[in-house]
Amino acid sequence: MKSAVLSLGKLIADAATGAGYSLALLGRSFVWLPYSITRRSRGDVLHQMYVCGIVSIPVTLVVSVFTGAILALNGGITLADIGQEHLMGRIVAISMAREMGPFMTALILAASVGSGMAAELGTMAVSEETDALEVMGVDDAKFLVMPRLLAMTVMTPILTVYATVLGTLGGAITSYAQYGVSFVLFKTDAFDNLEFKDVYTGLIKSVVFGIVIAVVGCSEGLRARGGAMGVGRATRSAVIISYLLIIVLGYYLTFAFYRLAV
Amino acid sequence: METQRAEKPTTVTDGNAPAMPVIRLRGLRKSFGDFVVLDGVDLDVRPRETLVIIGRSGTGKSVTLRHIMGLLEPDEGEVFVFGRNLASLDIKQIKKLRLRIGYLFQSGALLNWMTIGENVALPLLEHSPGLSDAEVHKRVMEKLRLVEMENAVDKLPSQISGGMKKRGGLARSIILEPEIILYDEPTSGLDPVMASAINDLVIHTREVLGVTQVVVTHDMESAYRIADRVAMLYEGKIIALGTPEEIKRHENPIVQQFITGNSHGPITNNNGLEGVEE
Repeated sequence: MKSAVLSLGKLIADAATGAGYSLALLGRSFVWLPYSITRRSRGDVLHQMYVCGIVSIPVTLVVSVFTGAILALNGGITLADIGQEHLMGRIVAISMAREMGPFMTALILAASVGSGMAAELGTMAVSEETDALEVMGVDDAKFLVMPRLLAMTVMTPILTVYATVLGTLGGAITSYAQYGVSFVLFKTDAFDNLEFKDVYTGLIKSVVFGIVIAVVGCSEGLRARGGAMGVGRATRSAVIISYLLIIVLGYYLTFAFYRLAV
Repeated sequence: METQRAEKPTTVTDGNAPAMPVIRLRGLRKSFGDFVVLDGVDLDVRPRETLVIIGRSGTGKSVTLRHIMGLLEPDEGEVFVFGRNLASLDIKQIKKLRLRIGYLFQSGALLNWMTIGENVALPLLEHSPGLSDAEVHKRVMEKLRLVEMENAVDKLPSQISGGMKKRGGLARSIILEPEIILYDEPTSGLDPVMASAINDLVIHTREVLGVTQVVVTHDMESAYRIADRVAMLYEGKIIALGTPEEIKRHENPIVQQFITGNSHGPITNNNGLEGVEE
Protein backbone atom coordinates (compact mmCIF):
# COMPACT_ATOMS: atom_id res chain seq x y z
CA MET A 1 0.00 0.00 0.00
CA LYS A 2 2.77 2.37 1.01
CA SER A 3 4.72 1.65 -2.17
CA ALA A 4 1.58 2.22 -4.27
CA VAL A 5 1.08 5.63 -2.64
CA LEU A 6 4.76 6.45 -3.16
CA SER A 7 4.56 5.41 -6.82
CA LEU A 8 1.46 7.54 -7.32
CA GLY A 9 3.18 10.45 -5.62
CA LYS A 10 6.22 10.05 -7.85
CA LEU A 11 3.99 9.86 -10.93
CA ILE A 12 2.24 13.10 -9.98
CA ALA A 13 5.53 14.81 -9.15
CA ASP A 14 7.04 13.71 -12.50
CA ALA A 15 3.96 14.91 -14.38
CA ALA A 16 4.08 18.28 -12.61
CA THR A 17 7.81 18.61 -13.34
CA GLY A 18 7.25 17.74 -17.00
CA ALA A 19 4.36 20.17 -17.31
CA GLY A 20 6.36 22.94 -15.67
CA TYR A 21 9.35 22.30 -17.91
CA SER A 22 7.17 22.25 -21.04
CA LEU A 23 5.41 25.50 -20.13
CA ALA A 24 8.73 27.18 -19.37
CA LEU A 25 10.11 25.90 -22.69
CA LEU A 26 7.08 27.31 -24.50
CA GLY A 27 7.64 30.69 -22.86
CA ARG A 28 11.38 30.69 -23.59
CA SER A 29 10.80 29.73 -27.23
CA PHE A 30 8.02 32.28 -27.69
CA VAL A 31 10.40 35.04 -26.65
CA TRP A 32 12.71 34.05 -29.53
CA LEU A 33 10.02 34.20 -32.25
CA PRO A 34 11.27 37.55 -33.66
CA TYR A 35 14.65 35.85 -34.22
CA SER A 36 12.99 33.59 -36.82
CA ILE A 37 13.20 36.31 -39.48
CA THR A 38 16.97 36.60 -39.21
CA ARG A 39 19.13 35.16 -41.98
CA ARG A 40 20.58 32.53 -39.67
CA SER A 41 17.26 31.19 -38.46
CA ARG A 42 15.19 31.45 -41.65
CA GLY A 43 16.71 28.32 -43.16
CA ASP A 44 16.01 26.26 -40.02
CA VAL A 45 12.38 27.42 -39.89
CA LEU A 46 11.81 26.65 -43.58
CA HIS A 47 13.41 23.23 -43.17
CA GLN A 48 11.14 22.47 -40.21
CA MET A 49 8.10 23.67 -42.20
CA TYR A 50 9.06 21.22 -44.92
CA VAL A 51 9.44 18.39 -42.39
CA CYS A 52 6.17 19.23 -40.58
CA GLY A 53 4.06 20.09 -43.58
CA ILE A 54 5.20 18.81 -46.93
CA VAL A 55 6.36 15.41 -45.71
CA SER A 56 2.99 14.85 -44.00
CA ILE A 57 0.90 15.58 -47.11
CA PRO A 58 0.58 12.01 -48.48
CA VAL A 59 -0.48 10.40 -45.19
CA THR A 60 -2.87 13.29 -44.45
CA LEU A 61 -4.44 12.80 -47.88
CA VAL A 62 -5.20 9.13 -47.29
CA VAL A 63 -6.42 9.55 -43.70
CA SER A 64 -8.61 12.58 -44.52
CA VAL A 65 -10.30 11.11 -47.56
CA PHE A 66 -11.15 7.94 -45.66
CA THR A 67 -12.27 9.85 -42.55
CA GLY A 68 -14.76 11.81 -44.68
CA ALA A 69 -15.80 8.64 -46.44
CA ILE A 70 -16.40 6.82 -43.14
CA LEU A 71 -18.40 9.77 -41.80
CA ALA A 72 -20.59 9.72 -44.91
CA LEU A 73 -20.93 5.96 -44.88
CA ASN A 74 -22.02 5.83 -41.23
CA GLY A 75 -24.15 8.97 -41.32
CA GLY A 76 -25.78 7.78 -44.52
CA ILE A 77 -27.06 4.56 -42.90
CA THR A 78 -29.21 6.49 -40.42
CA LEU A 79 -30.17 9.28 -42.80
CA ALA A 80 -31.22 6.83 -45.51
CA ASP A 81 -33.51 5.09 -43.02
CA ILE A 82 -35.44 8.32 -42.50
CA GLY A 83 -35.09 9.55 -46.07
CA GLN A 84 -32.85 12.49 -45.22
CA GLU A 85 -29.81 11.75 -47.39
CA HIS A 86 -29.78 15.35 -48.65
CA LEU A 87 -28.37 16.37 -45.23
CA MET A 88 -25.13 14.52 -45.92
CA GLY A 89 -23.29 17.62 -47.11
CA ARG A 90 -23.71 19.60 -43.90
CA ILE A 91 -22.97 16.63 -41.67
CA VAL A 92 -19.69 15.80 -43.36
CA ALA A 93 -18.53 19.39 -43.94
CA ILE A 94 -19.35 20.66 -40.44
CA SER A 95 -17.85 17.57 -38.76
CA MET A 96 -14.68 17.87 -40.80
CA ALA A 97 -14.28 21.62 -40.26
CA ARG A 98 -15.07 21.69 -36.54
CA GLU A 99 -13.64 18.43 -35.29
CA MET A 100 -12.37 15.76 -37.58
CA GLY A 101 -10.09 17.92 -39.72
CA PRO A 102 -8.12 19.44 -36.83
CA PHE A 103 -8.32 16.24 -34.79
CA MET A 104 -7.13 13.81 -37.46
CA THR A 105 -4.41 16.20 -38.64
CA ALA A 106 -3.19 16.61 -35.07
CA LEU A 107 -3.11 12.86 -34.48
CA ILE A 108 -1.15 12.32 -37.70
CA LEU A 109 1.33 15.06 -36.82
CA ALA A 110 1.72 13.89 -33.21
CA ALA A 111 2.49 10.35 -34.38
CA SER A 112 4.86 11.34 -37.16
CA VAL A 113 6.35 14.80 -36.55
CA GLY A 114 6.01 15.05 -32.74
CA SER A 115 7.57 11.63 -32.22
CA GLY A 116 10.30 12.56 -34.71
CA MET A 117 11.08 15.71 -32.74
CA ALA A 118 11.31 13.74 -29.49
CA ALA A 119 13.58 11.13 -31.09
CA GLU A 120 15.83 13.72 -32.75
CA LEU A 121 16.25 15.95 -29.68
CA GLY A 122 16.40 12.91 -27.42
CA THR A 123 19.30 11.52 -29.41
CA MET A 124 21.01 14.89 -29.12
CA ALA A 125 20.41 14.93 -25.37
CA VAL A 126 21.84 11.47 -24.72
CA SER A 127 24.87 12.08 -26.95
CA GLU A 128 25.86 15.28 -25.09
CA GLU A 129 24.96 17.55 -28.03
CA THR A 130 22.47 19.59 -26.00
CA ASP A 131 25.05 19.85 -23.21
CA ALA A 132 27.48 21.15 -25.84
CA LEU A 133 24.96 23.83 -26.82
CA GLU A 134 24.64 24.86 -23.18
CA VAL A 135 28.41 25.01 -22.78
CA MET A 136 28.68 27.16 -25.92
CA GLY A 137 26.04 29.51 -24.57
CA VAL A 138 23.55 28.61 -27.30
CA ASP A 139 19.97 28.65 -25.99
CA ASP A 140 18.26 25.37 -26.95
CA ALA A 141 14.88 27.15 -26.92
CA LYS A 142 16.14 29.55 -29.58
CA PHE A 143 18.21 27.14 -31.63
CA LEU A 144 16.19 23.92 -31.48
CA VAL A 145 12.67 24.55 -30.20
CA MET A 146 11.61 27.88 -31.71
CA PRO A 147 11.98 26.78 -35.37
CA ARG A 148 9.98 23.62 -34.67
CA LEU A 149 7.33 25.47 -32.68
CA LEU A 150 6.88 28.12 -35.38
CA ALA A 151 6.79 25.52 -38.16
CA MET A 152 4.11 23.49 -36.38
CA THR A 153 2.07 26.57 -35.51
CA VAL A 154 2.00 27.61 -39.18
CA MET A 155 1.79 24.23 -40.88
CA THR A 156 -0.85 22.53 -38.69
CA PRO A 157 -3.67 24.93 -39.72
CA ILE A 158 -2.60 24.69 -43.37
CA LEU A 159 -2.67 20.90 -43.22
CA THR A 160 -5.99 21.09 -41.37
CA VAL A 161 -7.57 23.07 -44.21
CA TYR A 162 -6.13 20.54 -46.65
CA ALA A 163 -7.49 17.64 -44.56
CA THR A 164 -10.92 19.27 -44.19
CA VAL A 165 -11.28 19.85 -47.94
CA LEU A 166 -10.10 16.35 -48.79
CA GLY A 167 -12.27 14.76 -46.10
CA THR A 168 -15.32 16.61 -47.39
CA LEU A 169 -14.46 15.46 -50.89
CA GLY A 170 -14.18 11.86 -49.65
CA GLY A 171 -17.59 12.27 -48.02
CA ALA A 172 -19.07 13.64 -51.25
CA ILE A 173 -17.73 10.72 -53.29
CA THR A 174 -19.11 8.18 -50.80
CA SER A 175 -22.47 9.98 -50.60
CA TYR A 176 -22.77 9.80 -54.34
CA ALA A 177 -21.50 6.25 -54.72
CA GLN A 178 -23.43 4.72 -51.80
CA TYR A 179 -26.53 6.85 -51.41
CA GLY A 180 -26.91 8.57 -54.77
CA VAL A 181 -26.54 12.10 -53.37
CA SER A 182 -25.40 14.31 -56.26
CA PHE A 183 -22.28 16.45 -55.94
CA VAL A 184 -24.34 19.61 -56.49
CA LEU A 185 -26.79 18.74 -53.72
CA PHE A 186 -23.93 17.75 -51.40
CA LYS A 187 -22.08 21.00 -52.11
CA THR A 188 -25.16 23.20 -51.76
CA ASP A 189 -26.15 21.64 -48.45
CA ALA A 190 -22.57 21.89 -47.18
CA PHE A 191 -22.03 25.54 -48.13
CA ASP A 192 -25.52 26.67 -47.03
CA ASN A 193 -25.02 25.28 -43.56
CA LEU A 194 -21.32 25.64 -42.89
CA GLU A 195 -20.76 28.77 -40.80
CA PHE A 196 -17.66 30.88 -40.56
CA LYS A 197 -17.50 29.96 -36.88
CA ASP A 198 -17.13 26.28 -37.79
CA VAL A 199 -14.09 27.14 -39.86
CA TYR A 200 -12.33 29.46 -37.46
CA THR A 201 -12.93 27.30 -34.39
CA GLY A 202 -11.35 24.41 -36.29
CA LEU A 203 -8.39 26.57 -37.22
CA ILE A 204 -7.94 27.85 -33.67
CA LYS A 205 -7.96 24.25 -32.44
CA SER A 206 -5.37 23.32 -35.03
CA VAL A 207 -3.07 26.13 -33.88
CA VAL A 208 -3.39 24.95 -30.26
CA PHE A 209 -2.76 21.34 -31.31
CA GLY A 210 0.29 22.36 -33.34
CA ILE A 211 1.78 24.18 -30.36
CA VAL A 212 1.04 21.21 -28.07
CA ILE A 213 2.67 18.69 -30.42
CA ALA A 214 5.83 20.79 -30.89
CA VAL A 215 6.28 21.68 -27.24
CA VAL A 216 5.59 18.16 -25.95
CA GLY A 217 7.85 16.57 -28.60
CA CYS A 218 10.72 18.96 -27.89
CA SER A 219 10.28 18.87 -24.14
CA GLU A 220 10.23 15.07 -23.91
CA GLY A 221 13.24 14.89 -26.25
CA LEU A 222 15.32 17.41 -24.36
CA ARG A 223 14.62 15.64 -21.05
CA ALA A 224 15.62 12.21 -22.42
CA ARG A 225 18.29 10.42 -20.39
CA GLY A 226 19.84 6.98 -20.49
CA GLY A 227 20.86 6.15 -24.04
CA ALA A 228 18.69 4.42 -26.63
CA MET A 229 16.13 3.31 -24.04
CA GLY A 230 15.74 6.89 -22.87
CA VAL A 231 15.15 8.06 -26.44
CA GLY A 232 12.54 5.33 -26.93
CA ARG A 233 10.84 6.33 -23.69
CA ALA A 234 10.83 10.00 -24.68
CA THR A 235 9.36 9.23 -28.09
CA ARG A 236 6.62 7.08 -26.60
CA SER A 237 5.81 9.69 -23.94
CA ALA A 238 5.66 12.46 -26.54
CA VAL A 239 3.02 10.60 -28.55
CA ILE A 240 0.95 9.55 -25.53
CA ILE A 241 1.01 12.99 -23.88
CA SER A 242 0.23 14.74 -27.17
CA TYR A 243 -2.72 12.42 -27.85
CA LEU A 244 -4.13 12.94 -24.37
CA LEU A 245 -3.77 16.70 -24.57
CA ILE A 246 -5.26 16.85 -28.08
CA ILE A 247 -8.34 14.91 -26.97
CA VAL A 248 -8.84 16.75 -23.69
CA LEU A 249 -8.10 20.22 -25.09
CA GLY A 250 -10.27 19.42 -28.13
CA TYR A 251 -13.21 18.72 -25.85
CA TYR A 252 -12.76 21.88 -23.80
CA LEU A 253 -12.24 24.08 -26.84
CA THR A 254 -15.45 22.77 -28.41
CA PHE A 255 -17.19 23.29 -25.08
CA ALA A 256 -15.88 26.85 -24.86
CA PHE A 257 -16.85 27.75 -28.43
CA TYR A 258 -20.27 26.13 -28.59
CA ARG A 259 -21.53 25.84 -25.01
CA LEU A 260 -20.05 28.97 -23.51
CA ALA A 261 -20.50 30.72 -26.87
CA VAL A 262 -17.04 32.31 -26.89
CA MET B 1 54.07 15.61 -3.53
CA GLU B 2 51.61 18.25 -2.60
CA THR B 3 48.76 18.49 -0.23
CA GLN B 4 45.88 20.82 -0.94
CA ARG B 5 45.24 23.49 1.68
CA ALA B 6 42.18 25.67 1.82
CA GLU B 7 43.16 29.27 1.13
CA LYS B 8 41.03 32.26 0.46
CA PRO B 9 40.91 32.61 -3.32
CA THR B 10 41.88 35.88 -4.90
CA THR B 11 42.09 37.16 -8.45
CA VAL B 12 44.17 35.19 -10.89
CA THR B 13 46.56 37.77 -12.28
CA ASP B 14 48.27 39.99 -9.78
CA GLY B 15 51.51 41.53 -11.03
CA ASN B 16 54.48 39.71 -9.54
CA ALA B 17 52.47 37.95 -6.87
CA PRO B 18 52.53 34.14 -6.97
CA ALA B 19 50.13 32.78 -9.53
CA MET B 20 46.81 32.06 -7.93
CA PRO B 21 44.74 29.09 -9.02
CA VAL B 22 42.51 29.60 -12.04
CA ILE B 23 40.22 26.89 -10.71
CA ARG B 24 39.79 26.07 -7.06
CA LEU B 25 37.57 23.35 -5.63
CA ARG B 26 36.94 23.27 -1.91
CA GLY B 27 35.13 20.50 -0.04
CA LEU B 28 33.17 19.55 -3.15
CA ARG B 29 30.49 16.98 -2.42
CA LYS B 30 27.97 15.57 -4.84
CA SER B 31 25.59 12.62 -4.63
CA PHE B 32 23.12 11.18 -7.10
CA GLY B 33 20.45 9.55 -4.98
CA ASP B 34 22.26 7.38 -2.44
CA PHE B 35 25.41 7.21 -4.56
CA VAL B 36 28.10 9.55 -3.29
CA VAL B 37 30.23 10.57 -6.27
CA LEU B 38 32.35 13.37 -4.82
CA ASP B 39 33.07 13.32 -1.12
CA GLY B 40 35.02 16.44 -0.29
CA VAL B 41 37.27 17.21 -3.25
CA ASP B 42 39.91 19.90 -2.73
CA LEU B 43 41.90 20.83 -5.83
CA ASP B 44 43.70 23.83 -7.31
CA VAL B 45 44.53 24.29 -10.98
CA ARG B 46 47.31 26.78 -11.67
CA PRO B 47 47.45 29.18 -14.60
CA ARG B 48 48.71 27.66 -17.87
CA GLU B 49 49.23 24.19 -16.44
CA THR B 50 47.79 20.95 -17.73
CA LEU B 51 46.30 19.06 -14.83
CA VAL B 52 45.21 15.52 -15.50
CA ILE B 53 42.60 13.90 -13.27
CA ILE B 54 42.86 10.13 -13.31
CA GLY B 55 40.66 7.52 -11.71
CA ARG B 56 38.49 4.53 -12.48
CA SER B 57 35.31 4.83 -14.48
CA GLY B 58 32.45 6.20 -12.40
CA THR B 59 34.65 7.90 -9.81
CA GLY B 60 33.33 11.38 -10.64
CA LYS B 61 35.97 12.75 -13.02
CA SER B 62 33.42 14.06 -15.53
CA VAL B 63 31.19 15.20 -12.68
CA THR B 64 34.10 17.32 -11.45
CA LEU B 65 34.42 18.95 -14.89
CA ARG B 66 30.69 19.63 -14.97
CA HIS B 67 30.95 21.43 -11.64
CA ILE B 68 33.74 23.62 -13.04
CA MET B 69 31.50 24.51 -16.01
CA GLY B 70 28.59 25.30 -13.69
CA LEU B 71 26.54 22.54 -15.33
CA LEU B 72 26.05 20.89 -11.94
CA GLU B 73 25.60 22.47 -8.53
CA PRO B 74 27.48 20.88 -5.63
CA ASP B 75 25.56 19.51 -2.66
CA GLU B 76 28.28 21.05 -0.49
CA GLY B 77 31.52 22.89 -1.07
CA GLU B 78 32.64 25.65 -3.36
CA VAL B 79 33.86 26.02 -6.92
CA PHE B 80 35.97 29.06 -7.75
CA VAL B 81 36.75 29.84 -11.39
CA PHE B 82 38.90 32.88 -12.19
CA GLY B 83 38.60 33.68 -8.48
CA ARG B 84 34.81 33.85 -8.57
CA ASN B 85 32.64 31.56 -6.49
CA LEU B 86 30.11 30.03 -8.88
CA ALA B 87 27.53 29.83 -6.09
CA SER B 88 27.51 33.62 -5.87
CA LEU B 89 26.84 34.09 -9.59
CA ASP B 90 23.47 34.21 -11.29
CA ILE B 91 22.82 32.18 -14.44
CA LYS B 92 23.66 35.10 -16.75
CA GLN B 93 27.03 35.56 -15.07
CA ILE B 94 27.72 31.82 -15.24
CA LYS B 95 26.88 31.81 -18.97
CA LYS B 96 29.26 34.71 -19.49
CA LEU B 97 31.97 32.93 -17.53
CA ARG B 98 31.49 29.77 -19.61
CA LEU B 99 32.52 31.68 -22.72
CA ARG B 100 36.02 31.83 -21.22
CA ILE B 101 36.07 28.04 -20.92
CA GLY B 102 36.24 25.49 -23.72
CA TYR B 103 34.87 21.99 -23.15
CA LEU B 104 35.73 18.98 -25.25
CA PHE B 105 33.13 16.28 -24.77
CA GLN B 106 34.04 12.61 -24.84
CA SER B 107 32.30 12.05 -28.18
CA GLY B 108 33.13 15.48 -29.57
CA ALA B 109 29.38 16.27 -29.38
CA LEU B 110 29.29 17.77 -32.86
CA LEU B 111 25.78 18.57 -34.10
CA ASN B 112 25.18 15.84 -36.64
CA TRP B 113 23.18 17.80 -39.23
CA MET B 114 25.78 20.56 -39.54
CA THR B 115 29.10 20.38 -41.35
CA ILE B 116 32.32 20.55 -39.36
CA GLY B 117 32.77 24.15 -40.50
CA GLU B 118 29.25 25.11 -39.38
CA ASN B 119 29.80 23.37 -36.05
CA VAL B 120 33.00 25.28 -35.41
CA ALA B 121 31.39 28.56 -36.48
CA LEU B 122 28.36 28.13 -34.21
CA PRO B 123 29.73 29.75 -31.01
CA LEU B 124 31.21 32.57 -33.06
CA LEU B 125 27.93 33.34 -34.84
CA GLU B 126 26.10 33.17 -31.54
CA HIS B 127 28.36 35.52 -29.63
CA SER B 128 29.81 37.74 -32.37
CA PRO B 129 26.84 38.28 -34.69
CA GLY B 130 28.45 41.36 -36.23
CA LEU B 131 31.27 39.40 -37.88
CA SER B 132 31.22 39.17 -41.67
CA ASP B 133 30.94 35.77 -43.34
CA ALA B 134 34.51 36.14 -44.58
CA GLU B 135 35.82 36.83 -41.08
CA VAL B 136 33.90 33.88 -39.63
CA HIS B 137 35.28 31.62 -42.37
CA LYS B 138 38.81 32.88 -41.75
CA ARG B 139 38.62 32.18 -38.02
CA VAL B 140 37.03 28.77 -38.54
CA MET B 141 39.76 27.75 -40.97
CA GLU B 142 42.41 29.05 -38.56
CA LYS B 143 41.15 26.76 -35.80
CA LEU B 144 40.63 23.84 -38.14
CA ARG B 145 44.21 24.24 -39.32
CA LEU B 146 45.36 24.13 -35.70
CA VAL B 147 43.75 20.70 -35.32
CA GLU B 148 44.74 19.67 -38.87
CA MET B 149 41.16 19.40 -40.05
CA GLU B 150 40.94 22.08 -42.72
CA ASN B 151 40.14 19.48 -45.39
CA ALA B 152 37.08 18.33 -43.46
CA VAL B 153 35.39 21.73 -43.26
CA ASP B 154 32.48 20.69 -45.51
CA LYS B 155 32.10 17.17 -44.15
CA LEU B 156 29.31 16.01 -41.86
CA PRO B 157 30.23 14.37 -38.52
CA SER B 158 28.87 11.06 -39.86
CA GLN B 159 31.50 11.15 -42.63
CA ILE B 160 34.55 11.36 -40.35
CA SER B 161 36.29 9.09 -37.82
CA GLY B 162 36.00 9.23 -34.03
CA GLY B 163 39.39 10.91 -33.70
CA MET B 164 38.46 13.55 -36.26
CA LYS B 165 35.22 14.21 -34.40
CA LYS B 166 37.24 14.92 -31.25
CA ARG B 167 39.55 17.23 -33.17
CA GLY B 168 36.54 18.98 -34.70
CA GLY B 169 35.06 19.29 -31.21
CA LEU B 170 38.33 20.79 -30.00
CA ALA B 171 38.34 23.32 -32.85
CA ARG B 172 34.83 24.34 -31.83
CA SER B 173 35.76 24.59 -28.16
CA ILE B 174 38.67 26.96 -28.89
CA ILE B 175 36.96 29.16 -31.49
CA LEU B 176 36.13 31.78 -28.83
CA GLU B 177 39.75 31.64 -27.62
CA PRO B 178 39.03 30.47 -24.07
CA GLU B 179 41.45 30.74 -21.18
CA ILE B 180 40.63 27.28 -19.83
CA ILE B 181 40.01 24.07 -21.78
CA LEU B 182 38.42 21.05 -20.14
CA TYR B 183 38.84 17.68 -21.83
CA ASP B 184 36.58 14.74 -21.02
CA GLU B 185 38.37 11.48 -21.88
CA PRO B 186 40.01 12.85 -25.05
CA THR B 187 41.69 9.56 -26.03
CA SER B 188 38.99 7.06 -25.10
CA GLY B 189 37.87 4.79 -27.91
CA LEU B 190 40.75 5.76 -30.20
CA ASP B 191 43.45 3.59 -31.72
CA PRO B 192 46.98 4.19 -30.32
CA VAL B 193 48.07 6.30 -33.29
CA MET B 194 45.06 8.60 -33.10
CA ALA B 195 45.34 8.72 -29.28
CA SER B 196 48.93 9.84 -29.67
CA ALA B 197 47.87 12.51 -32.19
CA ILE B 198 45.28 13.80 -29.71
CA ASN B 199 47.94 13.91 -26.97
CA ASP B 200 50.16 15.97 -29.26
CA LEU B 201 47.23 18.25 -29.94
CA VAL B 202 46.58 18.82 -26.22
CA ILE B 203 50.25 19.76 -25.75
CA HIS B 204 50.27 21.89 -28.90
CA THR B 205 47.06 23.71 -27.90
CA ARG B 206 48.59 24.79 -24.61
CA GLU B 207 51.80 25.91 -26.27
CA VAL B 208 50.02 27.91 -28.96
CA LEU B 209 47.14 29.35 -26.94
CA GLY B 210 48.77 29.49 -23.49
CA VAL B 211 45.65 28.11 -21.85
CA THR B 212 45.03 26.29 -18.59
CA GLN B 213 43.88 22.74 -19.21
CA VAL B 214 42.13 20.09 -17.15
CA VAL B 215 42.01 16.63 -18.66
CA VAL B 216 40.15 13.67 -17.22
CA THR B 217 41.28 10.27 -18.37
CA HIS B 218 42.10 6.76 -17.27
CA ASP B 219 44.68 6.42 -20.04
CA MET B 220 47.95 6.53 -18.08
CA GLU B 221 50.16 6.80 -21.15
CA SER B 222 48.26 9.90 -22.13
CA ALA B 223 48.37 11.29 -18.58
CA TYR B 224 52.17 10.93 -18.29
CA ARG B 225 52.68 12.54 -21.69
CA ILE B 226 50.50 15.64 -21.37
CA ALA B 227 50.36 16.39 -17.65
CA ASP B 228 52.24 18.97 -15.64
CA ARG B 229 50.50 17.50 -12.62
CA VAL B 230 48.32 14.48 -12.08
CA ALA B 231 45.54 14.14 -9.50
CA MET B 232 44.00 10.79 -8.67
CA LEU B 233 40.33 10.64 -7.72
CA TYR B 234 39.28 7.62 -5.71
CA GLU B 235 36.04 7.06 -3.77
CA GLY B 236 35.11 10.72 -4.13
CA LYS B 237 38.39 12.15 -2.88
CA ILE B 238 41.72 13.29 -4.34
CA ILE B 239 44.12 10.71 -2.90
CA ALA B 240 47.26 11.75 -4.78
CA LEU B 241 48.54 14.88 -6.46
CA GLY B 242 51.90 15.54 -8.04
CA THR B 243 53.99 15.56 -11.17
CA PRO B 244 53.87 12.45 -13.37
CA GLU B 245 57.20 11.33 -11.84
CA GLU B 246 55.89 11.80 -8.31
CA ILE B 247 52.75 9.85 -9.14
CA LYS B 248 54.84 7.00 -10.57
CA ARG B 249 56.74 6.82 -7.28
CA HIS B 250 53.66 7.31 -5.07
CA GLU B 251 53.61 4.96 -2.12
CA ASN B 252 49.82 4.59 -1.86
CA PRO B 253 49.06 1.00 -3.02
CA ILE B 254 45.75 2.14 -4.52
CA VAL B 255 47.60 4.61 -6.74
CA GLN B 256 50.17 1.96 -7.64
CA GLN B 257 47.52 -0.58 -8.55
CA PHE B 258 45.72 1.94 -10.75
CA ILE B 259 48.73 3.32 -12.61
CA THR B 260 50.21 -0.10 -13.22
CA GLY B 261 46.86 -1.52 -14.27
CA ASN B 262 47.19 -4.51 -11.92
CA SER B 263 44.01 -6.52 -11.45
CA HIS B 264 45.13 -7.57 -7.94
CA GLY B 265 45.43 -4.97 -5.22
CA PRO B 266 43.45 -2.86 -2.76
CA ILE B 267 41.06 -1.49 -5.40
CA THR B 268 39.84 -5.01 -6.16
CA ASN B 269 40.27 -6.30 -2.59
CA ASN B 270 43.12 -8.46 -3.90
CA ASN B 271 40.52 -10.62 -5.64
CA GLY B 272 41.28 -9.72 -9.23
CA LEU B 273 38.23 -9.60 -11.44
CA GLU B 274 35.97 -10.94 -8.68
CA GLY B 275 36.74 -7.91 -6.57
CA VAL B 276 35.93 -5.39 -9.26
CA GLU B 277 32.97 -3.23 -8.32
CA GLU B 278 31.37 -1.02 -10.92
